[in-house]
Amino acid sequence: MALSKEQIAQRIAKEVKDRYYVNLGIGIPTLVANFVRDDIDVEFQSENGILGMGPFPFEGEEDPDLINAGKQTITALPGASFFDSAMSFGMIRGQHVDLTILGAMEVAQNGDIANWKIPGKMVKGMGGAMDLVSSAENIIVAMMHTNREGESKLLKRCSLPLTGVNCVKKIVTNLAVLEIRDGKFHLLERAPGVSVEEIKKATEGEMVIDGEIPEMKF
Amino acid sequence: MIKKTVANVQEACDGVADGMTFMLGGFGLCGIPENSINELVRRNVKDVTCISNNAGVDDFGLGLLLKKRQIKKMISSYVGENAEFERLMLSGEMEVDLVPQGTLAQRCESARTGIPAFFTSAGYGTEVAEGKETREFNGKMYVLEEAFEADFSFVKAWKGDEAGNLIFKGTARNFNPAMCGSAKITVAEVEELVPVGELDPNQIHIPGIFVQRIFQGVKYEKRIEQLTVRKRN
Repeated sequence: MALSKEQIAQRIAKEVKDRYYVNLGIGIPTLVANFVRDDIDVEFQSENGILGMGPFPFEGEEDPDLINAGKQTITALPGASFFDSAMSFGMIRGQHVDLTILGAMEVAQNGDIANWKIPGKMVKGMGGAMDLVSSAENIIVAMMHTNREGESKLLKRCSLPLTGVNCVKKIVTNLAVLEIRDGKFHLLERAPGVSVEEIKKATEGEMVIDGEIPEMKF
Repeated sequence: MIKKTVANVQEACDGVADGMTFMLGGFGLCGIPENSINELVRRNVKDVTCISNNAGVDDFGLGLLLKKRQIKKMISSYVGENAEFERLMLSGEMEVDLVPQGTLAQRCESARTGIPAFFTSAGYGTEVAEGKETREFNGKMYVLEEAFEADFSFVKAWKGDEAGNLIFKGTARNFNPAMCGSAKITVAEVEELVPVGELDPNQIHIPGIFVQRIFQGVKYEKRIEQLTVRKRN
């Protein structure tokens, strides 16, 4: 069975380690916070200017001056701090954030990523994505393996305008966990009940399958 | 004490004219200079260039200027929440320059701090870097980005004093500090304007030297864009 969005987030949460500062993008990445083990210390950064982001507020306690980068109302945990956008991106460019998790429309086998523009159709802007992907050492992409038309999102080359080049190292989709190394996708894990054949069919880019591929564990 | 107070938003906006470039603080609808935006709408200044991370929503914030076609060009990082914006951009009725968010913030801050240009890795290898100088430092490629030049900055703070010192609240800080002192004239509107001596100098986020005009906003709607809450168990 292909994973749900929640299960993708759950699998990615295993990549979040003790004492990590983590930036979560909009969509599936936001869900990762719900699945991080509670016996480790992690701080979430939102690039609009908070470290130590907490869960959504209780009804009636929302504060218009306290939102995340997705413009959702949030809370601040004890030990949180606020800062301005220039400092926030100083944090990001200066590689003080340990892990960036974001969504994508396309990823190429060389690590290129596209997630901000469909020419002539959808132009929402890159937000902080270009700064994040060009700076972070540790980037995980969370996305569906194929688009709504059933076409692969893991490609030889991106067809959409790029957000960043040679930057993605790991991808978790509804079908698989993959790593990018030496200009190729490497299949690491399969979603429970999904065959290597199915993953191959859904992957347009070159994919290395080395030995027996284990099922994901949660 | 060098006094920066002006009587009201009308006085604060003295000198704004058609064709000017404005910086406007805020992230989404959080921390936007609501009163100054309303005054720009009332004055109906035309053909302006706006530097702002977002463009408001259709009926609030910068969306109000968009609706009246007052904006010739927008310089932003993300415009996804505004349907009118997307339409004006795709039809070519408005010029749009999309800039990575960190680069946008740094181009504001650099304008204040006398740094004409800086190198950043953001956008290298993408269409953002087209036509720009690139250079390698320590094995990594960077793009040369220039500081903005603007006529007015409109920012919003939580508290301020007569000397123009500012304190921000929560994530309403966002782009506001980077835009203080980054234009020829910085207009700060605050929720609470206090006499000098009432703010603790240790707690000031932006010193008054970067602010030319300060006033207390008549009213703040502080609209929430995405209300997300959890239920009590």
